[in-house]
Amino acid sequence: MTKIEVTVDGAKYADDVEPRMLLVHYLRERLGKTGTVVGCDTSNCGACTVHVDGRSVKSCNMLAVQADGHEVTTVEGLAQDGELHPVQKAFHECHALQCGYCTPGMIMQSIDLLNDNPNPSEEEIRTGLEGNLCRCTGYHNIVKAVQTAAGGAQ
Amino acid sequence: MIPAKFDYVAPTSVEEALSALADAGDDAKVIAGGQSLLPVLRMRLNAPEVIIDLGRIDALRGIRDDGDAIVIGAMTTHADVQADPLVREHATLITKAVTEVADPQIRHRGTFGGALAHADPAGDLGAPALALDAEFVIAGSGGTRTVAASDFFVDLFTTAIEDDELLTEVRIPKKTGWGAHYEKFVRVAHQWPIVAIGAAVKVDGGTISEARVGLTNMGSTPLRATSVEQALVGQPATDEAVRAAAASAGEGTNPPSDLNGDADYRRHLATVLTRRAVLAAAGG
Repeated sequence: MTKIEVTVDGAKYADDVEPRMLLVHYLRERLGKTGTVVGCDTSNCGACTVHVDGRSVKSCNMLAVQADGHEVTTVEGLAQDGELHPVQKAFHECHALQCGYCTPGMIMQSIDLLNDNPNPSEEEIRTGLEGNLCRCTGYHNIVKAVQTAAGGAQ
Repeated sequence: MIPAKFDYVAPTSVEEALSALADAGDDAKVIAGGQSLLPVLRMRLNAPEVIIDLGRIDALRGIRDDGDAIVIGAMTTHADVQADPLVREHATLITKAVTEVADPQIRHRGTFGGALAHADPAGDLGAPALALDAEFVIAGSGGTRTVAASDFFVDLFTTAIEDDELLTEVRIPKKTGWGAHYEKFVRVAHQWPIVAIGAAVKVDGGTISEARVGLTNMGSTPLRATSVEQALVGQPATDEAVRAAAASAGEGTNPPSDLNGDADYRRHLATVLTRRAVLAAAGG
């Protein structure tokens, strides 16, 4: 067991974990943050995307021990005072989901993309989301939601 | 899927990491960003007894100007290399290639040195490093040594780094003012290249005066198309001239045959992509 101290969605946690425990399993099984889902488990699909120190990562492709001393934000930590994050609102308004399984990862990656590039073109949105797969192929409204969120931020 | 059990060591200096490596012997595996290693561990294709994590060694991170070269710390993430103005100015081919590595999330965790040390023949950084005559600084218990790119890549997933050594930094000789392009051929987004070509050219008054061409996934290691490089020198940067020079891009290569294409297809692809890469690098 290895001791880790990590901040998740603003709260500090100290835990003993097995070094082989993946960050996504720590978030879901230890902290109960099941908003972050396991999609492909091969680091392809991006459904498990969270932010570590403000940058998007695939939490199935990182060990919990590697998050020691770092700050993690999951989709559950985005809303402030009961108010959805602007990107969450845009996904809701544009109905940017079909089955919804890829949505947490899509939202987390979209926020990272907009942090880097507040006014992306459609092509830049599609390239910026290339590490996130929607098995329903519902990309059209996802791109629209990112455009809507970008417009709302202007 | 969950990796098999291992002991975890997180040294904070290169010296500590080297002594951890010496202690663990053959049973240890070094993890940098882990973006290639963790999938391997999860699928249990490898089950090392000890994992030595370089993520806490700050000295291995960062990019600096060292006169005639840009020096990239082995643990610098792809994203940091991609955004770096020094790399963009003096080693444009590296900026172009690193932008094509996997996807944004992987580039935030994956490292420049980790990817090169992993030496996947389909990796996007080996051919550009080879084409630019990069030098690899490797630390061992007896001190550091520097290995030329032409000696660094030994075989599939095999480099000149010995079991008790660590890659600490990569020196990229400056190619200031050169044009560069990385042309990657994939069927779908976020895929390993079927073939990719890195080209850097110096153009004086419309004529190519110097050229470097690296080939990705055309053999068990990254390759350089020296015959193309020689044929390009003195030629105008026109479609016709570049097409003729690129015709030999597949010569002497030994590309894999798989579901994405057989070896002959890849050799043909290499000529087409070389033409595109060189023309784009020359601004054509």
